[in-house]
Amino acid sequence: MKNTKVTLAGVELQNPVMTASGTFGSGIEYSEFYDLGRLGAVVTKGVANVPWPGNPIPRIAETASGMLNAIGLQNPGIDTLLERDIPYLRKYQTKIIVNICGKTIEDYCEVVERLSTEPVDFLEINVSCPNVKEGGIAFGQNPKALEAITREVKKYARQPVIMKLSPNVTDITEMAKAAEAGGADVLSLINTITGMKIDIHRRTFAIANKTGGLSGPAIKPVAVRMVYQVAQSVRLPIIGMGGICTAEDALEFILAGATAVSIGTANFTNPYAAKEVAEGIEAYMEQHQIADIKSLIGAVG
Amino acid sequence: MKSREFVTIIEQKKIASDIYSLWIQTEHIAKGARPGQFLSLYSQDKSHMLPRPISICEIDREQGRIRMVYRVVGEGTAEFSHKKAGEQIEVLGPLGNGFPLDVGKKRIFLMGGGIGIPPMVQLAKELDGEVQVIAGYRDELFLTEELKEYASLYVATEDGSAGTKGNVIDAIYAHKLEADLIYACGPKPMLRAIQSYAKEHGILCYLSMEERMACGIGACLACVCQSKEVDAHTQVHNKRICKDGPVFLSTEVEL
Ligand SMILES: Cc1cc2nc3c(=O)[nH]c(=O)nc-3n(C[C@H](O)[C@H](O)[C@H](O)COP(=O)(O)OP(=O)(O)OC[C@H]3O[C@@H](n4cnc5c(N)ncnc54)[C@H](O)[C@@H]3O)c2cc1C
Ligand SMILES: Cc1cc2nc3c(=O)[nH]c(=O)nc-3n(C[C@H](O)[C@H](O)[C@H](O)COP(=O)(O)O)c2cc1C
Ligand code: FES
Repeated sequence: MKNTKVTLAGVELQNPVMTASGTFGSGIEYSEFYDLGRLGAVVTKGVANVPWPGNPIPRIAETASGMLNAIGLQNPGIDTLLERDIPYLRKYQTKIIVNICGKTIEDYCEVVERLSTEPVDFLEINVSCPNVKEGGIAFGQNPKALEAITREVKKYARQPVIMKLSPNVTDITEMAKAAEAGGADVLSLINTITGMKIDIHRRTFAIANKTGGLSGPAIKPVAVRMVYQVAQSVRLPIIGMGGICTAEDALEFILAGATAVSIGTANFTNPYAAKEVAEGIEAYMEQHQIADIKSLIGAVG
Repeated sequence: MKSREFVTIIEQKKIASDIYSLWIQTEHIAKGARPGQFLSLYSQDKSHMLPRPISICEIDREQGRIRMVYRVVGEGTAEFSHKKAGEQIEVLGPLGNGFPLDVGKKRIFLMGGGIGIPPMVQLAKELDGEVQVIAGYRDELFLTEELKEYASLYVATEDGSAGTKGNVIDAIYAHKLEADLIYACGPKPMLRAIQSYAKEHGILCYLSMEERMACGIGACLACVCQSKEVDAHTQVHNKRICKDGPVFLSTEVEL
C-alpha cells in the first residue's frame, strides 16, 4: 500500500490533491461527477462578510492554453456558505478549506472569527486577487501590509491559516517571508497573473474589467519556478498551483517543493481532472516503487 | 451521475454557409434531454481550455440521438465541423433548464434569430396548440423545412430576400400575428425588443440567453446575467445562465 498522505500544519490529508478556489464553487456541482471523498481537500470560492455582486460581463476570455477571468469575487456571503455549503461538504470524507476575501482587514477578520467555531479544517486568505479594486491585491503586493494582515488574521483564527500569494510581484520570496513572519501556517501559490486580451474586430477589451487573471497551463512554468523559489526561502509547507492538468504536472510542483497541489482551470476542460490527478499520482508511485509521497516533496536536484 | 463522454457522430452536414448540422449517438443524453437545454462540446486541441456550449436542436429519444446546428465562428466550431460520421466528439450534457412546456397557453410564438433558431425545432415538436414560428435571418435561410413540419412558419430577413424585410418583430406586425405565450432565442438586441414587446402586450415570455462559459455547470460564476430580484443561490442580483438558465422569464432578467 502506497502512502499518499501528507500533513499540512498538523492536519493530515488522505492525498495531496485539492481544488483551486473559485474554479469548483463549493463542490456541489462537481459532486455530480465523482465522490468528493477522493480528494485531499475541497477549497471553496472566496467568501466575504457580506454578498458581493462581482464584475460586469463578459467576465472571461479564452487565451492560448489558458484563460483570463475577472469574476470579481462574486460570492453569497459567509452566512449562506455556513448554512448551505459547509454542511453539504461535511458529508464527504475530505478536508474543507474556506477561501476568504475582503476589502479591509476588519472584513477578513470578521469572516475568520465567524469560522472559528465551524467545522472547517483550514482558512485560506486571498490577498492576491487582481480583479477587485480595493483590498485583495493591495495586501498581497506589499510585504509590510502582508505581514500585518497575516498577524491580524492569526489573532482571530482557530484553524491553520494559509496565505495565498500573488505572482504579480517582483520577488515572490520577499512576500513568502513576510507571510511567515506574520505567523502564517501554510502558503499557497500562485494566484492568477494579471493579463489583457483585446478583441481586434470590435476594437475593445475582451473582458469588461479590461484586465483579468491569467490561469491554466500557460502559467505553469512560472508557477513551478515560484514554488521552487519559495520552498528554498521559507520553512512553511506549500500548496502549489497554476496550470495543473495531469498527475505529471502535479508531480513537478511536488518535486519543486509543494506538499500539496490544487487543480483550477483544468476542472473546466475536464470535470474529473482533480480526481484523475489523485489517481495518476498513485499510479506514478506504483510504477516508480515510491512507498511514501513525502519522499518526493522538494526532491528535485 | 453526470458524465462527460466521447460519443459517435452519426451525421455531419453543411446546411448553409458556415452552418453545420450534427447528429450524435448518445442514449443517456437523449433520454433526459429537453428542448432549450444545451451541451458542452470539448475541443481536442490542448490549447483550448474551455468547452463550447451548443443548443439541442432535435432529440430522437427512440434512437438515442441528439442534433445540434451550429455556426463556425472560431477555432472550436471549425474543429467540430471537420469531424465526419463515425468519428468521436467529446460532450457533456444535457445542461441548463430548458423551456417550460406546460404553461397552459395555446397561442404561441417561437421567435428565433440567426443561430438562436435551432432550439425552436425540438420545441415546436413538443408543444401543443397554435404554434407559430417567427424566424429571423440575415439573408440565407436554414432549418425552414423542419420548422414548417411542426408549426406555421413566418420568416424575416434583414435584406428582404425572403419573407418580411426586417426583424422578427416586424414580421409579427406584417402578418398581424397574436399570441399569449412567447419563447425566444437569439442575439441580445432581439431579446431586448421581444422583452419590451411582451411587456407592452402583457404576454408571458421566456427568453433563452447566451454568455461565455467556463465550467458550464454552475460552479465558476462566469456566465451570469442580471436578475431583477436577489437570487437565492448567489444572494445577489445575478443568475447563472448555464445552471439557472439559459431560459428565463422575461420579467426576471435585465438585458
Ligand atoms: C447556452 C448557449 C447555447 C448556444 N447554442 C448555440 C447553437 O446552438 N449554435 C451555435 O452555433 N452557437 C451556439 N452558441 C454559441 C457558441 O457557444 C459559440 O459560437 C462557440 O462557443 C464559439 O466557439 P469557437 O471556438 O468557434 O469561437 P471562438 O470565438 O474562438 O471562441 C473563443 C471562446 O469564446 C467563447 N464564445 C465565443 N462566442 C460565444 C458565444 N456566442 N456564446 C458563448 N461563448 C462564446 C467560446 O466558447 C470560447 O471559449 C451557444 C452559446 C450558449 C451560451
Ligand atoms: C474563474 C476563476 C475564479 C477564481 N476565483 C478565485 C477566488 O475566489 N479566490 C482565490 O484565491 N483564487 C481564485 N482563482 C485563482 C485560482 O484559485 C488559482 O490560484 C489560479 O487559477 C491558478 O491555478 P490554475 O491555473 O490551475 O487555474 C480563480 C481562478 C479562476 C480561473
Ligand atoms: S459557466 Fe461556470 S457558472 Fe456558468
